Amino acid sequence: MFENILIYFVVIPLVMLGGLALCKNIKQIRAVAVVGSLALVGLSIALLLGYLEQRAAGATAEMLYVDSWSWFAPLNINLAVGVDGISVAMLLLSAIILLTGSFASWKIEPLPKEFFLWLILLSIGVFGFFISIDLFTMFMFYEVALIPMYLLIGVWGSGNKNYSAMKLTLMLMGGSAFLMLGLIGIYYHSAPEGGQLTWNIIEIAQNNAIEKDWQYFLFPMTFVGFGVLGAMFPFHTWSPDGHASAPTAVSMLHAGVLMKLGGYGCFRVAIYLMPEAANELAWIFLILTGISVVYGAFSACVQTDLKYINAYSSVSHCGLVLFAILMLNTTAMTGAIMQMLSHGLMTALFFALIGMIYGRTHTRDIRMMGGLMKIMPFLAVCYVIAGMASLGLPGLSGFVAEMTIFIGSFQHTDMFHRVFTIVACCSIVITAVYILRVVGKLLFGPVQDKHHLELTDATWWERLSTITLIVCVAAIGCFPNFFNDLIKFTFSPEIFTVLGIN
Amino acid sequence: MDYSQFLAMKQEIGLLVVFLLVFLYDTFMPKKAQSNLPGVTCLFFALFTAACFCPCLLTNAESFSGMYESSAVIVTIKNILNVGVLIVLIQSMKWANSEMQIMRRGEFYELLLVTLFGMYLMISARHFLLFVIGLEAASLPLAAMVAFDKKHYESHEAAVKYIMTAVFSSAIFMMGLSFVYGLTGTLYFDGIANAIVGEDQLNVLLIVALAFVISGVGFKLSLVPFHLWTADVYQGAPTSVTSYLSVISKGATAFAFLVIMVQVFGTLYSQVWEWMLYGLIILTITIGNLFALRQSNMKRFLAFSSISQAGYIMLGVIALNTTGMASLLYYILVYIFSNLAAFGVVSAIENKTGKLSMEDYNGLYKTNPRLSFAMMLAMFSLAGIPPFAGFFSKFFIFTGAIQQGSIAIYVLVLIALINTIPSLYYYLRVVKAMFINDSETPIESFRSATSERLGLWISVGGIILLGIVSCVYNYLLDLTAPSDMFAGLL
Repeated sequence: MFENILIYFVVIPLVMLGGLALCKNIKQIRAVAVVGSLALVGLSIALLLGYLEQRAAGATAEMLYVDSWSWFAPLNINLAVGVDGISVAMLLLSAIILLTGSFASWKIEPLPKEFFLWLILLSIGVFGFFISIDLFTMFMFYEVALIPMYLLIGVWGSGNKNYSAMKLTLMLMGGSAFLMLGLIGIYYHSAPEGGQLTWNIIEIAQNNAIEKDWQYFLFPMTFVGFGVLGAMFPFHTWSPDGHASAPTAVSMLHAGVLMKLGGYGCFRVAIYLMPEAANELAWIFLILTGISVVYGAFSACVQTDLKYINAYSSVSHCGLVLFAILMLNTTAMTGAIMQMLSHGLMTALFFALIGMIYGRTHTRDIRMMGGLMKIMPFLAVCYVIAGMASLGLPGLSGFVAEMTIFIGSFQHTDMFHRVFTIVACCSIVITAVYILRVVGKLLFGPVQDKHHLELTDATWWERLSTITLIVCVAAIGCFPNFFNDLIKFTFSPEIFTVLGIN
Repeated sequence: MDYSQFLAMKQEIGLLVVFLLVFLYDTFMPKKAQSNLPGVTCLFFALFTAACFCPCLLTNAESFSGMYESSAVIVTIKNILNVGVLIVLIQSMKWANSEMQIMRRGEFYELLLVTLFGMYLMISARHFLLFVIGLEAASLPLAAMVAFDKKHYESHEAAVKYIMTAVFSSAIFMMGLSFVYGLTGTLYFDGIANAIVGEDQLNVLLIVALAFVISGVGFKLSLVPFHLWTADVYQGAPTSVTSYLSVISKGATAFAFLVIMVQVFGTLYSQVWEWMLYGLIILTITIGNLFALRQSNMKRFLAFSSISQAGYIMLGVIALNTTGMASLLYYILVYIFSNLAAFGVVSAIENKTGKLSMEDYNGLYKTNPRLSFAMMLAMFSLAGIPPFAGFFSKFFIFTGAIQQGSIAIYVLVLIALINTIPSLYYYLRVVKAMFINDSETPIESFRSATSERLGLWISVGGIILLGIVSCVYNYLLDLTAPSDMFAGLL
C-alpha cells in the first residue's frame, strides 16, 4: 500500500494531526503546520515531475499511479487512487494554498491547536478527494472536507458567523444529499446487465453502460450536487456569507481549493460518466452558470465589504469554470482547468491580503479606508497585482484562463451558445469595474482615518505567503503551455470521440 | 418431551443463567458483598457476551416443531444487542450506585435481563404465540424500569404513559393476529405465508390485519403516527433506562419487524404494505426531524432524533434484499454505539450536575473538552458525517434500499436524504452550544466516574472504528448473502 506515492497525500496530514496532538505551545504548532505543508508541497512537486516523466516516456493510460485496495469487498468498494494531469495540478494547488494558509494564520487566536486540527482535517478531505478514483471514497473525502468548515467559521470567524457557518454547512450538505443519490444510482447502472457493478470511475467510463433514461435522472443529481459547491446560481448564496465570516486561512482554502472540488467533480463524475445526458441537458446548466457569471460580477460592484466583494467575484469566476466545462469541448475545458488553478491562487492571494489589511485596520469596509498605498506599500502593490490577475491582465493567470475559455466557447456556432458566450464575456468588463473601484478607493485616494497612518507594512511570514502566491500566479500567466501540456492528456478519452461530441 | 430441543436455545439459556446468578447474588449475598452488584452483573454479562461470539453457535437450528428458530443472522443480531446492553450496564453503574437506587438496583438488573430475554424470543420466534410472549416480556417490565426514579413525578407519569401505550399497542397487534388466524387457521409464520400465497384474491380482512400488525409493532418502534409516547417517556425515565429503551428495544423490534414483514407477509409486498411503509417512513423521518428542531431538553431532543433514526432503519426493511438486511443490522449496531455515546455524556453530566437543558451545555468545551469531543463525535455519527460510523451505516442503508431499483425507491431515498439536512442542523446545535456559545455559568470542570468513562471510550471507539474498519460490515454482508428469505418476493 505504501509504495504508491499518492497515499502519502493522506498519510502526511494524518501524521500532522498526530503531531499536533503532542504540541504544547504555539511555536510547535506552527512548526508542525509549516513542516507538514512544506512536505506536501514537496510531495506534489515530486508527483508532478514523476507524472511528466512517465508521460514523456510514453505512458498513454488515462490515469497514472493507479492502485486499488479492497475495502468493502461485497459491494466492490475499493480505496482506488490514480491521477491525471488535472488532479496533479489540483494537488499542487491545494498544497501551496495550505502552506500559504498556514502562514496567514500565524497568529490565530484563540485555541490555535484546534484551529490547525480542523484545518488539516479539511485538507485530508481535499487531498483524498483529488487522488480518489472510486466514487465511494471520493464522496467520503468530499464530506470530510465539508464539515470542519462549520467549526472553523463558527469558532474563529467574524461578523455574523453563526448564521454563515450554519448556512454554508447546510447548503453544502444539501448538495451532497443529491450527490449521494446520484452516486448510488450510478453504481447500480455501472455495468451492463449481469456484469460486475463497480464504483471505479475508469471502469464505469469504459463500460459506458448507464442507459440514457437513467443518465437524464442521474446527471442533474450529480451536477447539482457538485454544482452547489461550485457556487452555481441559485445555490451560491452560502458562498458570500461563508467567505465573509470565515477566518483568513479558511477563506483561502475554501475559495481557493474547496470550491474547485465542485468544478472538478462536475467534470470528473457528472460529465465524464454521463456524456450523453451532459450533451443534451447542458443548456439548462449553461443558463444557470451564465447567470452566476454575470450576477456574481454585478453583485461584487455594489458591495462595500472587501470580503463580500471578493466572495461575489469568486461566484462569478467559479461560475465561469462550470460554464466552460459545459461547453463540452477540449479548448473550453482546458480553459476551465486553467481557470480553476488561476482562481484558486488569485482568490487565495486576495483573501490573504484582505486578512492582513483587516488585521491592521480592523475594518473591511472600503469607505472607511483610503490611501493604503502610502501606508503599507507592499500589501497595496500585491493587492494591485491580484486585482490585475483577476481582471485578466496578460502575463498573469487570469488572462490565460479566460482567453482559453472564451475561444473554446466561440467554437460553438449556434445562436444559443453565441449569446451566452457574449454575455459571459461581459463579465470581464464588470470585473474591471469592481476591481478598479476597490483599488481606487482603498489604495489611492485620501487617507480616511488618521490612525491608519501609524500602521505597519507586512511581516516576513506575510510576505512569504503573498510572494509565493504571486509567483505562482505569474508562472501560470507566463508559461501557460506547460500547464496546457500537463492537462491535455485528460481530454483524449475515447468517451468524447465515441459520442461525437467533440 | 425431547429436552434436547432446548439445545437450540443456547443464548436464551445463557441469559437465563446470568439472570439467575444476578438474582441469587442479589438475594443471598451478605450486605457487604452487595455493594459489588453492579460490577458483578457487568462481569457476568460481559462473560456471557464474549461466550456468545463463539463460532459454534452459528448454526441453523429450530425447535418446538418450528416455533423457535436460530440461525447465524439471528445469533448475530442478539450479539449486537448484547454489546449494546453491556455498554448500557457499564454506563449505568454510577447511577445504580447512587443513594436513591442502592436499595433497588437488583431489581433494575433483573428487569433489564428479563426484557432482553423477551427481545430474544421476539427475534427467534417463528410462531406468533411465542412472538407475543416475547413482546410482552420485553414491554411490561420496561414500564417498571421507566418508573424507577421513585421520587420523580415525571418518572411516574412516563411509566403510566408507557404501560398504557404498550398494552394498547399489544391489543391492536393481537387483534390483527386474530384476524390472521381466522383467515389462515394457523399462527406459524410459514403456514400463514403459504396460506396467503394460495389465495387468488386479496382479502380485505387481511389488509386490515396487516395494518393492525404494523401499527402494533410501530408503537414499539415509535414510528410516526404511533410515536406520541416517545418524548415524554424518554424524558421522564431515568437516563440509563432511556438509553436502553432507545437503542436495544428499538433495535430488537426493528429486526423482528423485518422478519415478520418478509417471512409472513412478504408476498403482499407490492400489493399492500409497500405503500403503507413508504408513508410511515416519510412521516417518521420528517416529523421526527421537525419536532427535534425545537427541543431544548437533551433527552427530548434525543427522543425525536431517535424517532427519525427509526425511519432510516425502516429503509432496510423496505429494501427487501439481503444487502438491506445486512445494512439494517449494521445500522442498528452503529446506532447503538452513537446513541449510547450521546446518552453517556448526557447521563454523566446529569449525574454530576443534574442539568439536562441544551443551554446548560453552552461553553462545555472550555470546561470539559473530552466530554465535548465524545458528544461531538456522537452527534456527527448520528448525522452521518464521515469518517465516523454513522456515515457508513447511512450510506449502506441507502445503497441497500436503492438496490431494489424502482423509481419510487429513488424518490423515497431522496426524501430521506433531504431530511438529513434538518437533522444535521439540530445535531450541529449541540455542537454549537458546546464549542461556539459562551456561557456565564458553564458546567464546571469535573472528572466523570471510571465506569462512565469506560462506557464512553467503548462507544467512541466503536464510532471511529466501525466504519473505517470494513470487516464488520463485510462480515454482515457475507452472513446475510446466503439467505433465501427474499427470493421471489419482488
